[in-house]
Amino acid sequence: MSTDTITAISTPVGEGAIAIVRLSGPDAITITNELFTGKDLHEAATHTINYGRIIDPETNDIADEVMVSVMRAPKTFTREDIVEINCHGGMVAVNKVLDIILSKGARLAEPGEFTKRAFLNGRIDLSQAEAVMDLIRAKTDKAMSVAVKQMDGRLSKLITELRQELLETVAHVEVNIDYPEYDDVEEMSHEMMRTKSREVHKRIKELLEVANQGKILREGIATAIIGRPNVGKSSLMNTLVQENKAIVTDIPGTTRDIIEEYVNVRGVPLRLVDTAGIRETEDIVEKIGVERSRQVLQESDLILFVLNFNEDLTEEDRKLFEAVQGLDYIVIVNKMDLEQKIDLEKVRELAGERPVITTSLLVEEGVEQLERSIASTFFEGEIDTGDMTYVSNIRHIQLLKQAKQALEDAMEGIELGMPLDIVQIDVTRTWELLGEIIGDTASDSLIDQLFSQFCLGK
Amino acid sequence: MTFNAGNYDIIVVGAGHAGIEAAVAAAKRGAKTLMLTLNIDMLAFMPCNPSIGGPAKGIVVREIDALGGVMGKVIDKASIQMRMLNTRKGPAVQALRAQADKTVYMQEMRKLVENQENLTLRQGMVDSLIMEDGVCKGVVTETEAEYRAEAVIITTGTFMRGKVLMGHLEYESGPNNQRVSVNLSENLEELGFNLKRFKTGTPPRVNSQTIDYSKTEIQPGDENPRNFSYETTTKIIDQLPCWLTHTNEFTHGIINNNLELSSMYSGVKRGTGARYCPSIEDKIVRFDDKPRHQIFLEPEGRNTEEVYVQGLSTSLPENIQYEMIKTIPGLEKAEIMRPGYAIEYDVVAPTQLWPTLETKSIPGLFTAGQINGTSGYEEAAGQGIMAGINAASKVLGKEPVILDRSQGYIGVLIDDLVTKGTNEPYRLLTSRAEYRLLLRHDNADMRLTEIGYEIGLISEERYNKLVEKKRLVEEEIKRLKKIIIKPEQANHLLETINSTALKDATNAYDLLKRPEVNYNFIDQMIESNEALDEEAREQVYIQVKYEGYIKKSNEQVERMMKMEDKKIPEDIDYDGINGLASEAKEKLKRIRPLSVGQASRISGVNPADVSILLVYIEQGNIARVAN
Repeated sequence: MSTDTITAISTPVGEGAIAIVRLSGPDAITITNELFTGKDLHEAATHTINYGRIIDPETNDIADEVMVSVMRAPKTFTREDIVEINCHGGMVAVNKVLDIILSKGARLAEPGEFTKRAFLNGRIDLSQAEAVMDLIRAKTDKAMSVAVKQMDGRLSKLITELRQELLETVAHVEVNIDYPEYDDVEEMSHEMMRTKSREVHKRIKELLEVANQGKILREGIATAIIGRPNVGKSSLMNTLVQENKAIVTDIPGTTRDIIEEYVNVRGVPLRLVDTAGIRETEDIVEKIGVERSRQVLQESDLILFVLNFNEDLTEEDRKLFEAVQGLDYIVIVNKMDLEQKIDLEKVRELAGERPVITTSLLVEEGVEQLERSIASTFFEGEIDTGDMTYVSNIRHIQLLKQAKQALEDAMEGIELGMPLDIVQIDVTRTWELLGEIIGDTASDSLIDQLFSQFCLGK
Repeated sequence: MTFNAGNYDIIVVGAGHAGIEAAVAAAKRGAKTLMLTLNIDMLAFMPCNPSIGGPAKGIVVREIDALGGVMGKVIDKASIQMRMLNTRKGPAVQALRAQADKTVYMQEMRKLVENQENLTLRQGMVDSLIMEDGVCKGVVTETEAEYRAEAVIITTGTFMRGKVLMGHLEYESGPNNQRVSVNLSENLEELGFNLKRFKTGTPPRVNSQTIDYSKTEIQPGDENPRNFSYETTTKIIDQLPCWLTHTNEFTHGIINNNLELSSMYSGVKRGTGARYCPSIEDKIVRFDDKPRHQIFLEPEGRNTEEVYVQGLSTSLPENIQYEMIKTIPGLEKAEIMRPGYAIEYDVVAPTQLWPTLETKSIPGLFTAGQINGTSGYEEAAGQGIMAGINAASKVLGKEPVILDRSQGYIGVLIDDLVTKGTNEPYRLLTSRAEYRLLLRHDNADMRLTEIGYEIGLISEERYNKLVEKKRLVEEEIKRLKKIIIKPEQANHLLETINSTALKDATNAYDLLKRPEVNYNFIDQMIESNEALDEEAREQVYIQVKYEGYIKKSNEQVERMMKMEDKKIPEDIDYDGINGLASEAKEKLKRIRPLSVGQASRISGVNPADVSILLVYIEQGNIARVAN
């Protein structure tokens, strides 16, 4: 039997009305009970479902209104205690609940781990063993490829930089240990180590703050709204934000100076890029220049391209059509409450296979259609991938938190006056944890660093 | 025609640092052992630096001693200087280093070997192995003497197809112009071994009488010198110092102007060189912005004028070495007694070995030491003792002894070699050990002496001393926890060391945990434990002071051991495991790890492969239970 308790979101992301967070292991019930208002789950009969709320212990806020199923070992899928928390659909509530559970000591399940436990505990018979192995292989590979693919390039770069700084520090301590008489380098002092640790700690903390605000966790689908002035871009934006609870509004980006907004459209997290530009000048191209707007388009996963129902296609519209060729976009022909002056046939021709939706944002017509179109663009046949995306992001956050903790242990050691070779154990751990985020766990790097940074040897 | 020259349990080929530990350990365990060497006069010769120990390596020597090996005892007798390194750092990285009198080391070692029961020393060049049904059954020498045995340990160092290189000069030779071993290398190749070509080098030696020491900086030994062996009771007296000087722009200019004459840069050398022992040419090319490099002058013994010029390893022509030396402060008039050279040699790729150091393809054949691609006397000796122990286990029908990565640097070394292999001469570094806080100089006996006793390498008397030490340590920790210290007892004293005053009573144990509090301080307020000797007291101190960190390391070890305990059946068919990536399959088939833990350390075996392997093995276990 396993000694730890694992957890994961076990429903695919998408339009489902509910999403389920599942826990398996000896502490499944205890962990849930600590967060749950409602019936004492220790008292609950096995295989019952119980109504209540999940409370964030840090803020005492309600994370979600839920139904909790309690299933006691051994008559469960894994033959361990299992709890399933039925949350509201979409990504926000379920992610929050998972996050809270992880903070209470459950471990994020590895890909296929529930099934693996079921097998190891004898729940699945031998004939299914091969299928289990296939499942692990498939899920792990997918998780890895998705994790790498979905990871923000900036995040990866940032982590690589932090790791390099830590590695240089560690190599410095190592050279003092392994070559104590080597005089080309100043002996690493507690003060130097303190400064470096604080610096890296501050940056990990910033990353985590950003993550908590949703930047990494709900990385979201980078979405740009484009169109000529006065076609209704800001109305579209406002509609999306009002119709769908805005997850976060107006967070100044920490790594680049633009403002982004997050909305949740039928379970699809959208990150509306450069919305400030749209609001202030009504014209993204005018605001940030042609070059920059091309770049924004290229970096976007989805482009909402707005046209005016009440005006004929202009030269500018045609240019925008050219600019979005080969990208994922949805054409929105807005202001259908006014007189039709646009040639819809022509628009459809230019759009090719991309969807064309007619709306009136003013009277809120066509919005549902638009939302469905957005959701289906991303989740048709790709639900599993979407699932992995946010799981791997949660993994990133967990690893970041562990890295921060390890670095705090190092800082505590420094304050206690522990020898640096002991403090360094925790610094190395930080470096390893950050490495897991970007999938780099090669252990030879330190020795390579040591011998490239310093001229050593007898 | 060959003739039968004798039957033994175990034959050790080579009498260097690996060979000696192997032979002595095997003989001590009761195996009738023969040690064959090219030249008995060169037994235990140190072809390079006249020192033993240093970070990580010094701890290996302690571990060898704790297991019942000989290197520590002999270097204690042969040392001319002892220095504890990293004393201002934590206990985990402190390590002892001795400067050796090379001649005394050889004499003392020879005495020990000649007096070892069950061990025969003989001169002879081994040309080939006796093979019967794919099993190694002995060796044949060039004089056609046939020695039969149940196990053979090859410890030929850098002798196999050795080639000395100096400028454009190159000739077949072992180190220091000894005879080269060619046939054995060819024989191993014929038997299907994958051999690699490595290289290493040594600096020139100069005459002490021609050195102007006033221009150098003295590097004396410790005021209170310690010993390697737990059994040594005497202390070295009359230590000799080493001396520090530096290269400069003139030295570098000469080297830069003559780079094409170095065999290294003229393309003559094919072997893979060590980053860990780079030549001076190498250092200057790779770090061309460094204005100077350190040069340590180390005496080679009490009864010789030869001085080892550490830091100046080179394969430049002799005349350039003369020019180079004269640019160095203190060495302006120095006379070179022997020039430096590089040596290229054959090594057995160590992934062909089990963790017992027995070869996978030929049962009964073991290899240990530099032949396995390591550098350094200590790394060689550490493998030697394990090969000797395991060859004896095999012959005597006992369990093999494999140290894991939490038990010793020796465990780290061998696991790295057989699991990952090496592309350059391998040197132990403290950073290679994940649990270095547990692998300390001070606790080598606590870690390994019980094992040494169980396999018959440690005497009853020594073992009893260890048991007593462990008891004392435990009791003292209990005692400290029981002694209550009240604020009025402690606070005036705490004030003197700027330590926070006590509000409530505490116990001596918790007080000792404070970073600024040491044992002597505690002694001021409590009765001291007279039964506790210096060594036991040191143990208590370290265990109390670093308790949190030691606990954390132990938890990591526990996690590792869970994977180490998942043994992989010998008859496993990796091709039949669905879902393993093909790279992982190929690596697993080649390395044949003994446990899932070892498998997880193979590069190219990723977490998914490990999971699949676990499920597969578990499936086998379930099947067995079901049957």
